[in-house]
Amino acid sequence: MAGLAAAFGSGAMTNSLAEIIDSEVLFLIGTNTTENHPVVATKMKQAVTQRGAKLIVADPREIDMTRFADIWLRHTPGTDVALINGLMHVMIEEELYDKEYVQGRTEGFEEMKEILRRYTPEFVEGITGVPQDDLRKAARLYAGAARAAIFYAMGITQHITGTDNVKSLANLAMLCGNVGIKSGGVNPLRGQNNVQGACDLGALPNVYTGYQQVANEEARGKFEKAWSVKKLPAHVGLTVTEMIPAAAKGDLKALYIMGENPLVSDPDLKHVEESFANLDFLVVQDIFLTETAQRADVVLPAASFAERNGTFTNTERRVQRVRKGVEPPGQARTDWEIIADLAARMGYEMRYRSAEEIFNEITELTPSYAGISYKRLEKEGGLQWPCPTPKHPGTPYLHKDKFVRGKGLFHAIEFIPPAELPDKDYPLLLSTGRVLYHFHTGSMTRRDVGLNFRYPQGHVEVHPVDAYELGVEDGEKVRVASRRGEIEIPVQVTPRSPQGMVFIPFHFYEAAANRLTNPALDPIGKIPEFKVCAVKVEKLG
Amino acid sequence: MSNTVTVTIDGREVKAHKGETILELATRLGIHIPTLCYHPRLPLAGACRVCVVEVERARALVASCVFPIEQEGMVIKTNTERVLAARRMAVELLLASGDHNCLLCESNGHCELQDLVYELKIERPRFPAESPGHSIDDSNPMIFRDLNKCILCGRCVRACNEVQVNQVIDFGYRGGRTKIVTAEDRSYAESTCVFCGECVQVCPVGALVENKARFAGRPWAIKKVPTTCTYCGTGCTIDLNIVDGTVVKITGNEDGVTNQGSLCVKGRFGYEFIHHPDRLATPLIKENGQFREATWDEALDLTAEKLGQIKADHGPDTIGGLSSARCTNEENYLMQKFMRAVIGTNNVDHCARL
Repeated sequence: MAGLAAAFGSGAMTNSLAEIIDSEVLFLIGTNTTENHPVVATKMKQAVTQRGAKLIVADPREIDMTRFADIWLRHTPGTDVALINGLMHVMIEEELYDKEYVQGRTEGFEEMKEILRRYTPEFVEGITGVPQDDLRKAARLYAGAARAAIFYAMGITQHITGTDNVKSLANLAMLCGNVGIKSGGVNPLRGQNNVQGACDLGALPNVYTGYQQVANEEARGKFEKAWSVKKLPAHVGLTVTEMIPAAAKGDLKALYIMGENPLVSDPDLKHVEESFANLDFLVVQDIFLTETAQRADVVLPAASFAERNGTFTNTERRVQRVRKGVEPPGQARTDWEIIADLAARMGYEMRYRSAEEIFNEITELTPSYAGISYKRLEKEGGLQWPCPTPKHPGTPYLHKDKFVRGKGLFHAIEFIPPAELPDKDYPLLLSTGRVLYHFHTGSMTRRDVGLNFRYPQGHVEVHPVDAYELGVEDGEKVRVASRRGEIEIPVQVTPRSPQGMVFIPFHFYEAAANRLTNPALDPIGKIPEFKVCAVKVEKLG
Repeated sequence: MSNTVTVTIDGREVKAHKGETILELATRLGIHIPTLCYHPRLPLAGACRVCVVEVERARALVASCVFPIEQEGMVIKTNTERVLAARRMAVELLLASGDHNCLLCESNGHCELQDLVYELKIERPRFPAESPGHSIDDSNPMIFRDLNKCILCGRCVRACNEVQVNQVIDFGYRGGRTKIVTAEDRSYAESTCVFCGECVQVCPVGALVENKARFAGRPWAIKKVPTTCTYCGTGCTIDLNIVDGTVVKITGNEDGVTNQGSLCVKGRFGYEFIHHPDRLATPLIKENGQFREATWDEALDLTAEKLGQIKADHGPDTIGGLSSARCTNEENYLMQKFMRAVIGTNNVDHCARL
């Protein structure tokens, strides 16, 4: 998000899902789309099989989308910057890029070009393992299209160089004039139903709603007035990945958690557990007694999505209605009612009679949402921000004619290797992610008979050659250990991950991948490096 | 060259777009033509012969769903005795092709074949019906398949191959033995099926139904509430199918902007958590390492007191709040407002990074 904001002036997905069908080239990198965004993947597969779109997939694993790919770039995990720099090197060398666009709409090209000189296909092959010919072919294919769209997800962001990776993709798209056009763009696929909305609505330590900075005095004044408070804090707060270490040090005494389960989702769980044990007070508001809620001092029962009214904002910035269908169980209440009640007990009145009243307050304070109302959503079925006025139709794609920040900014970025790579003691590279049948920490999906029928337990994907060398068989339980912890988990022998790499889905608390993962953070995005750490796999006793 | 032609349909002289099908024209004009293998989201098949109409000077009746209007002066009749007799025959043959006993069918009341029998005033089966004798596929908790009720319209095949592009099912065998099969004619559980359920969504009869929703409520007892899926960020529009205050199944909403009715396995079948017995139903307070049930007053007063005390003793920045990408915009807004305006800290974040 920070990467796109720096390059374009806005951190959100540039284009719309409906535009996929008309793209000439789709470039997927770090997104296992059929498993994590299956309905988006259907649109991509339709574009390829029915509209002749060309597909480039860059992924270390043989994900399902590779079956539809014209070119599959199987790069080593954590080498995205080198790969993308290599693609751009070829485009500049062969003069395939959009000179007019670069000249007219961007800045910083010369500095980037200087850096790119040494990213020759030979050099890049050495880092990424991608054959030079494939790199050249992919560069020609992407650059040759009038409308090429890039899609990425956590495979790009969950690295210590996550922000660099995103900036590199922004570079690539701008180099070929693919930003600000229909069926093009740089498109992060958000992993949870309302990540986009949570960001838009200011559930971030540095911004209020609509990315209005807390450090900006004018913005602060506006919210102080609207919220009737004398003084709002001016300094940026802590991210979730900073709160945990702060708790360990005793700097953070209390946590109020609404609908999150860091004791399965966060890196280096042993450390997270120690940090939580150090808190003076923990209150967790959730629909289940999750691994995190079990450690709480107070647990507040919340309503599920089917039991409340409101809105979600999807990955393409589309605000859509959530409607209550059934009553919550027992005494459970909607999250907003609980927060408002708690606020009142702490001496601050929050008087809302409905979710719609809260939404109306949001639109008054948030320029990009200003033109949206429940009435319009009811009639029009969903609106994409920016939607500044009640007559505005919403914005299917961003940066048309002009970037939000004015000119698009190229960043000159050097390849930096991951924080922890395999070595003598921990010879395998571990990457984590999701599977089709489960969601995040599994508190919902693992309680479902159907989903568990198809995918009852976690496993570690091991390449047949590695399995042979380790002397382990398919289905055999093994110990996987990193410098931070160890788990026992059955093996799945498959060539899906390359030799030297293993993959573990993180949904399963009893074999939690995050006991192994490395909490090293991207310095800007503060996102941990879930996609690369070093482990060893051992046969059990 | 003009893009419109003048044609006559049921005695009305109208302008038609060149290349549009007779069915499209009729639908636009509000003339009802019954269909069965046709589905607005699927590629055309023209297989079932239910939508036939008479076109003057055509050799035979034509399937209106696939027949394009090209010629000036075309004369179309959608409702003649000849047309009705042909439709009746098509439906009567379908009725005889399998095991269509509405009393014993989950889709009773939500079946396009049943509707056609009624619409065409078919009072009793003309041909003896014999069950094809296919074994029932109850291999998994999600999709229940009874091919004895299948009318071979092919909607599921088109949905699987051309909408979802999952390429799991197709027509198999030949002639009278034709049936819908997975690779090597295995059960759904043993196939490469990813259980998106698109085939169930488009099945017009009772051959493919949601297994968990069988016997959970009749179609006419179901109240549908459209909402947005709770899983990934795609934002598919779903319909909660509710019977007596319980979500008994989820179906894709065909008007959904991002999904047009399509869903994935989680969105369509992963709803059991809503009414799961593990759901938290009362506030809990931990005492001596054990949770005890508490009232809202107790739980919220204790929380307010503790947070207030920590704020007073150590300052607002020693408190953090985790909002949620699972919650609504309104709730996220309120959480950050609470942390900033009530606690007085910017320590608020959510799991976008994880």
